[in-house]
Amino acid sequence: MNAIFILQIAIPLLVLVAVAMPVGVFLSHLAAETPTRADRIFGPVERPLLWLCGLSREGRQMTWKTYSLALLSTNLLMAVLIYVILVAQGVLPLNPLKLGGLPPALAFNTAVSFTTNTDWQAYAGETTLSYFSQMAAITFLMFTSAATGLAAAFAFMRGLSGRTEVGNYYLDVIRILVRIFLPLAFIGALFLCWQGVPQTLSPSLHVLGPQGATQSIPVGPVASLVSIKHLGTNGGGYFGQNSAHPFENPTPLTNVVEFLLMGLIPVALVFAFGRVIGNKRQARVIFWAMAVMFLGFLILVTWAESAGNPLLARVGLDQVASGLQAGGNMVGKEVRFGIAQSALFVTGTTAFTTGSVDCMHDSLTALGGLVPLAEMMLNCVFGGKGVGFMNFMLYGILAVFLTGLMVGRTPEIFNKKIEKPEIVLASIAILIHPLIILVPSAISAVEPFGLASIANPAFHGLSEILYAFTSGAANNGSAFAGLAANTPWYNLGIGIVMLLGRYLSILALLAIAGSLAAKKKVPEGPGTLRTDTALFGTIWVGVILIVGALTFFPVVALGPVAEQLAMIAGKAF
Amino acid sequence: MKASDDSRSLTGPLRKTPSDTPRAERRHTPKVDVSGLYRRAVVDSFKKLDPRLLVRNPVMFVVALGTFLTLLLVFKPDLFGPSHVGPRYNAIIAAILFATVLFANFAEAVAEGRGKAQADSLRRTRSDTLARRQVAVGKYEEVSSTKLRKGDIVHVDQGELIPGDGEVVAGVASVDESAITGESAPVLKEPGTDTASSVIAGTRVVSDWLDVRVTANPGETFLDRMIALVEGAARQKTPNEIALTVLLAVLTLIFLMVTVTLEPFAIYSGSPVDVATLIALLVCLIPTTIGGLLSAIGIAGMDRVAQFNVIAMSGKAVEAAGDVDTLILDKTGTITLGNRLAAEFIPVGGHTQDELSQIAMQSSWQDSTPEGRSIVQLATRLGCSPSPAWDQGTGVEFSAQTRMSGIDMPDGTRVRKGAADSIKRYVAEQGGSIPDDLDGAVRTVAGKGGTPLAVCRGTEISGVVYLKDTIKAGMRERFAQMRSIGIRTVMCTGDNPLTAAVIAAEAGVDDFVAEATPEDKIRLIRSEQAKGKLVAMTGDGTNDAPALAQADVGLAMNSGTPAAKEAANMVDLDSDPSKLIDVVSIGKQLLITRGALTTFSIANDVAKYFAIIPAIFVAGVPELRALNIMRLHSPQSAVVSALIFNAIIIPALIPLALKGVKFRPLTADQMLLRNVVIYGLGGIIVPFIAIKAIDLLVSLAM
Repeated sequence: MNAIFILQIAIPLLVLVAVAMPVGVFLSHLAAETPTRADRIFGPVERPLLWLCGLSREGRQMTWKTYSLALLSTNLLMAVLIYVILVAQGVLPLNPLKLGGLPPALAFNTAVSFTTNTDWQAYAGETTLSYFSQMAAITFLMFTSAATGLAAAFAFMRGLSGRTEVGNYYLDVIRILVRIFLPLAFIGALFLCWQGVPQTLSPSLHVLGPQGATQSIPVGPVASLVSIKHLGTNGGGYFGQNSAHPFENPTPLTNVVEFLLMGLIPVALVFAFGRVIGNKRQARVIFWAMAVMFLGFLILVTWAESAGNPLLARVGLDQVASGLQAGGNMVGKEVRFGIAQSALFVTGTTAFTTGSVDCMHDSLTALGGLVPLAEMMLNCVFGGKGVGFMNFMLYGILAVFLTGLMVGRTPEIFNKKIEKPEIVLASIAILIHPLIILVPSAISAVEPFGLASIANPAFHGLSEILYAFTSGAANNGSAFAGLAANTPWYNLGIGIVMLLGRYLSILALLAIAGSLAAKKKVPEGPGTLRTDTALFGTIWVGVILIVGALTFFPVVALGPVAEQLAMIAGKAF
Repeated sequence: MKASDDSRSLTGPLRKTPSDTPRAERRHTPKVDVSGLYRRAVVDSFKKLDPRLLVRNPVMFVVALGTFLTLLLVFKPDLFGPSHVGPRYNAIIAAILFATVLFANFAEAVAEGRGKAQADSLRRTRSDTLARRQVAVGKYEEVSSTKLRKGDIVHVDQGELIPGDGEVVAGVASVDESAITGESAPVLKEPGTDTASSVIAGTRVVSDWLDVRVTANPGETFLDRMIALVEGAARQKTPNEIALTVLLAVLTLIFLMVTVTLEPFAIYSGSPVDVATLIALLVCLIPTTIGGLLSAIGIAGMDRVAQFNVIAMSGKAVEAAGDVDTLILDKTGTITLGNRLAAEFIPVGGHTQDELSQIAMQSSWQDSTPEGRSIVQLATRLGCSPSPAWDQGTGVEFSAQTRMSGIDMPDGTRVRKGAADSIKRYVAEQGGSIPDDLDGAVRTVAGKGGTPLAVCRGTEISGVVYLKDTIKAGMRERFAQMRSIGIRTVMCTGDNPLTAAVIAAEAGVDDFVAEATPEDKIRLIRSEQAKGKLVAMTGDGTNDAPALAQADVGLAMNSGTPAAKEAANMVDLDSDPSKLIDVVSIGKQLLITRGALTTFSIANDVAKYFAIIPAIFVAGVPELRALNIMRLHSPQSAVVSALIFNAIIIPALIPLALKGVKFRPLTADQMLLRNVVIYGLGGIIVPFIAIKAIDLLVSLAM
């Protein structure tokens, strides 16, 4: 591991934090609904849209209940609309390849997948979806699902800051789209075009291959999709190979930019939170708690991939990096990215719950593959658009409740007492995640309709099943490839898992925010347990890791851990 | 020195002020017979196996169900499919599981035992007594005490038990309340006073007689309520306990999910796990330690309050005491000893210190009030000796008209002490002159917050006695302690602002309210509560009742009126208001103990995983042997050892649950760090060592 290797990781991370801080300030104005100069710039664009929606400039304030209802109903409407577009794709315009409509199970899975910001794909984009579907269904949802998550996080923050009226959902979505996603995605798309990503409505290219055969090369409106795919932590690729495909991610520079785009909002949101609740120390503690976990996972996967495959080492294969080879485990990785860039992307895409991949996760070493799996199981290392942050707060409530009693007072978070209603709601959110991962995975591990899709035997097969449901539950969408997921069981099963994973936890957390907002503020004093200290940050991370480990240790032991141990022992399958 | 012992015969009500005795001596409980406590607890732990009782504790209910299932497996090992283990293994698992349930029951039974014993001894005093009920003036009929109703008037003679709670309407008598309070000195009861006219059923008249108007129907008396409270019959789960129970139930559900889904994964991996082992894993993972001890912690907390001779009407009140932000304390009796004592003699008009001391001493020679005796004491300390002639003098008592007291000597010399203006008028009337420096001396004393008493012999004013409120020993330290844990103390007093400020500064309270009326107290409580603070206060008079009801924690004095006791959520049987501070500490201790054992319980799971997971998969997935970092002897011994640890940790922690984690006056952050290291980190490390040790023993036996 030389300096260049480390710089490839360190520079993107430093740039990410440096850019996220000012963006955090910008987000905080939106979240706190404070008037800014930006109002004058974006006002002319927003006003006609607001008028179209019948909204006043300020928007009618909503309670957490009406806010949630607005969120759910618009999401339902969009999902149904997109389902119809996908099924009826054959008769819709912009379909140069004359692709037919999607079968109902796949259309359901895809509509749910993109509405929930998961972007799990049981299909290969270039051979399944028309240009119209890619733009009107996929790219459209990439904007709105990200805006939905971010709006939920804003409402959550407002509740935590003590407001019982948590804003106006429609107004939030419009502002988020107009002020953040549309301008940034546009700039991102232009950059990608410059680097060689196609953006066209012309049909596939037909070129004469070196062997004399005519080859068909799919193109399309790729850059616009890839830009928002990362900015909105969506992750669904235009092509089946996702960001490993040279048309989605042509250069090391685009790889870094795509990483920055997906990390930008999740990291900025933490800084925004500190401003919204008026406690920047708190934001710093949360940032470092998440950053420590992120770095831990990043180091683990980088080390595992650099070390290479123990089985190959056993037979005497040279896996050491040198001038002649990248070294380590290069299976499933793009030569233009190498180990460092791939490891960074693996850690980022599952931490920020994007789900796009620039290397094949199925081909990571067992231990390396554990990293994306574990990040999705925790689902709160920065996390995607808003939801990861809300989950982190959920663990915060749990940590306060478990350890807060030890200071001899009723536990409090942000000056509000945590009592039975909050614990019941938090329990729903805590229970749902392992439930929708473990139960369907267990069924898939013994039933023929589950086992039939597995590509690899033994431990790795279990990891494939587990990964699929974990990815759905965490609304990540990355795939451990391997698994043939386009079957009725996986399409419907993962579809339902994505729905529950998305909306139940958002609802429970908004309800917690609403319940806390309605409570009397407890004044702070020396007897108050402070949540903005390094000590509590450590406890926070400890609770996340212990709760995560206690829930998933047995199944992880039978999957990736057993596989790695078997490899070390020289056992192949 | 027991200053109050002689005062009893001379002045005021017949009550020993408990605040004069050292703190440690006051922790007396009504005599409770705790012999056979453990034997009874063992019997009770079997009685508690009743499923209707078990179901109230979700965690232990799951263990009981597991025991039942494993028991079935003992007789039919292949009940739930093919089994690789024999009935012997299943029997061992079932036995340990059964023991786990019993240990949890035992913990609760021991905690309840003390309260039960206390209730028994109280119940003995409640036995039916014959009451003489007044039917007409001077005419009585004998009825059973159970027939008495509110409003009846009964006559109680010397040596008889008072048949019901009530109010004295006639007679003066001393009453032995030791059955209720454990306080052996009899208390004077008489009609018409706020505090001394209420009597409690089951106490005995030791001299004279009383006519009592009954104020409570049978079954509703203070004694009945006390019995229900100490017995735990009236115990309801507190808000924090309910929230914690929910969380424990959820953790149990998560682990149920983990173990149930583990079987399909195990089958996939070609290493199916026996049902008995799965149940063992489940029981190891669910928070049995805190689940088994949770109710014992709550009961023990109430019991600790009772040991301080405070009766809490609900556990909620004790828990709320731990959350209190502001303590409102009366000055007199709580912060200061009720009496002002002489602190200094300030001579005026050219008199010397010795002359003044001598005259002041003489003026107080026959004065039996605490103020008077304190003047004698101070003078003695300054080297004065009394003259035998003083015994021949006639004492002149203080009266509201003269506002003076003193002594008339046989030779006609009249010595007086009293309020400065009264003495000035008295001297002027007799043609004496007022020294120029008198007003200055009076102002000096008033400026220090003291009470000035002028002293004169004949027509000559010789000086001023500085009477000072004396702050109880140790109060300053306790207030500092309260401040360090974030509790604000506010002193309420009827004194003028100047006096109040001096006492407040000396005692180290954070704030004070001078010239306070009961309405001021309510206003203060409301304004604190509006800021989101929880307020605790003490009180005894009827006019304190609204404030006691308004406060989140109200501690009424047993000597107080029934109205005050009704409004409060705690009653102090010793009538020592400063005990409020102890109650706060107990409330905090209760929460800390719960949090510490919950953290410990969950942290334990890490080691249990490392014991059990490699063990159960060792046949089908031998690679996992690497995770057996404790190097446990065999798969069976690993499972059994983890399960044994899980069971015996409950009785091992019973003493801690009953005694409570020691409360220290630290800030929240310091306390968190300390407890997280001990119970969190300790909770991770201890089971690794213990399971390894148990495994060594088990492998010898197996």
